[in-house]
Amino acid sequence: MTDQAKFSLDDDSVAVIIGSGAGGATLANELAQRGIKSVVLEAGKHYTQADFENDEWAMFNKISWLDKRISAGGWHHTQTYPNLPAWIVKGVGGSTVHWSGVALRFQEHDFHTRTTYGAVDGANVLDWPITLSELEPYYELAEKKMGVCGTKASGLPPMPPNNHYKVIEAGAKKVGYKNIVRPAASNSEPYDGRPGCMQLGFCMQGCKIGAKWSTLYTEVPRAQATGNMELRPECMVLQIEHDKSGRATGVLYVDGKGRKQLQKARIVCVAGNSIESPRLLLNSASSLFPNGLANSSGQVGRNYMNHATAAAVAIHKKPVYMYRGFDIAAVVADEVPLDTRRGFVGGYYLEGLAIHLPYTAAFMKPGGWGRDFASAMEMYDHMTCVWVCGEDLAREQNSITLHPTEKDQYGLPVPIVTKTYHENDDRITAHGLQQWRKLSEAVGATRVIDMPAYPASHNMGTNRMSEKAADGVVNRWGQTHDVKNLFVSDGSQFTSSSAANPTLTIVALAIRQAEYIASAMQRKEL
Amino acid sequence: MKLNPFKPAGQAANDASPGHEPAMRVLDKAPRVQRRGFLRGSGLGAIGVVVLPAAPALSKEAARALTADQSFTHLGKHAGRTLVRMARDIYPHDKLPDKFYVQAEAPYDGLAKKDAALKKLLVEGLQDLDQRARKQHGTPYLQVKAESDRVALLRGIESTPFFKKIQGDLVTGLYNNKELWPLFGYEGSSWQKGGYLHRGFDDLDWL
Repeated sequence: MTDQAKFSLDDDSVAVIIGSGAGGATLANELAQRGIKSVVLEAGKHYTQADFENDEWAMFNKISWLDKRISAGGWHHTQTYPNLPAWIVKGVGGSTVHWSGVALRFQEHDFHTRTTYGAVDGANVLDWPITLSELEPYYELAEKKMGVCGTKASGLPPMPPNNHYKVIEAGAKKVGYKNIVRPAASNSEPYDGRPGCMQLGFCMQGCKIGAKWSTLYTEVPRAQATGNMELRPECMVLQIEHDKSGRATGVLYVDGKGRKQLQKARIVCVAGNSIESPRLLLNSASSLFPNGLANSSGQVGRNYMNHATAAAVAIHKKPVYMYRGFDIAAVVADEVPLDTRRGFVGGYYLEGLAIHLPYTAAFMKPGGWGRDFASAMEMYDHMTCVWVCGEDLAREQNSITLHPTEKDQYGLPVPIVTKTYHENDDRITAHGLQQWRKLSEAVGATRVIDMPAYPASHNMGTNRMSEKAADGVVNRWGQTHDVKNLFVSDGSQFTSSSAANPTLTIVALAIRQAEYIASAMQRKEL
Repeated sequence: MKLNPFKPAGQAANDASPGHEPAMRVLDKAPRVQRRGFLRGSGLGAIGVVVLPAAPALSKEAARALTADQSFTHLGKHAGRTLVRMARDIYPHDKLPDKFYVQAEAPYDGLAKKDAALKKLLVEGLQDLDQRARKQHGTPYLQVKAESDRVALLRGIESTPFFKKIQGDLVTGLYNNKELWPLFGYEGSSWQKGGYLHRGFDDLDWL
């Protein structure tokens, strides 16, 4: 960090990027490689691999975004996780420190759900202004960059099957599933200067050896090494400022010492995740933008999606030790293709996702106790565990709003995360849990326990992409419809959620956006 | 293959015989109770009290009371014993020695000293529980003999802040205690051992 570039606060030639996760850091590095200078403001601390512990609660307390947020709406989080609607990271690297490494592409119809599904009652479904074929070349680049094993782009062999994989795969095959994958952005062998996976089994606590892709030790240092990027950790952005013509001019933030600073900017890119990004735009309301910056559509903070999810454990007659090895086991992809005969639109993945003993106790049945609970815990070593990851439909009322009176440590209104499941979401999760039960019983599971959804780690929507300025917040390049030099570079620009985990698509979009920004700058459009 | 009856099954299964793949690395989840260690572990050694070898073995109940008693100097013995009994009723793992439940509950004693609101919550919660037990069974909670009766009493207070506090804290107080992990077949931190790459990440042998 000492040898990185330093830019002055008055330097209005820099791009200011807010957030250093999958979107922000990828964008910063792609711009830096093209000679474009940027300042990356990161709200959290700069941890390194030396800080990582193979310990679930220790790492939860160390890296999670624990600033107060309020869960509202009809979901169970209001009871189970009232102040923790989302489970993401506050630190350099953002949630790429915590992510499990599942790297899946969207399907063709995910980009035109409105056309495919028609109008869905109670939902606000819209087509993306881009298609899969437009994004495909960038998926290739993203897979290569991230080292997604088992892809042509990376050339890496698939991650070897661990015990957890073997049980789920065998069950899946017995119930007739055929498309069983393991799409991991982790090195199955040494790649890109980082080691091969040692099967530590603590991927979501930060990969101690750096085998799993994270912007913390890939995009961030590489961007710094070009001399074109300055990272400023522990800098919480308060507001984006603009001039009379409505052009973004700079970013007001609080630094690690509590001082307010104003960094001037040529362009501003927001990549703080689907809660912080719209929150910032709403907090940047002015006389020119009374409903929040870039919010002429009223869609900023709307259409919050976090996947239709549920989880379950299955207890087998013999040991599995699901925690041994890479966190992601077999991923069943057979329920993903569109098939409305199941009673819902969209599809889902059954993702084997190992959790360790302390988290199993916490998440298996929040608030649960007694012999029923304890006897299941005693079979921890015999468990397999699934996470159902299904398409979540955009709904206007699912939203990020600002609390009218309550403020956080930075003096900003506390965000309220409101979510109520659509009937379609409930049908997806019910179907997924039923299929998991069948699959598990097919290999002799004696007990299957359904779990509620975890706090949301996939956060999408809230600044969505749209063809028309009236329907969404950003255009096909992630550029806000209202403010030409203001971009959204994270998952908040998603128009639909797909069933796929979002990170690969966030990275693909960031690479594509960097290309656009660089060429627009060359054309003097920005 | 004939199993050696004196070897634990896990160990026998790990024997690599010619022509056979080495079998799955199975962990032994049985608690290893060392009697002397157990008595010493109750804290007597630490405060210089000599346990005479000739002394009659403490009954399970007496040993439990002893460990709880020593940990609750502020809230008192009865509160300590009741909290430990409650903890075992909430997450009953018959094979776990009491010390794990004591370890999970003991921090309350120090915390209550500094936090008046917490002390009030605990003292009043325990009083309420005892009152309910007396009404139903004529004795305080601790003396209610049948587990099912005690569980029924706990069900009665399950939505109270007192119960939620005890149950919620136990989730980490108990299951995040590294000492008990081996008893659940969980091995914890692995990076310092090179992960599981050469320690059974793919040795499943029963499908």
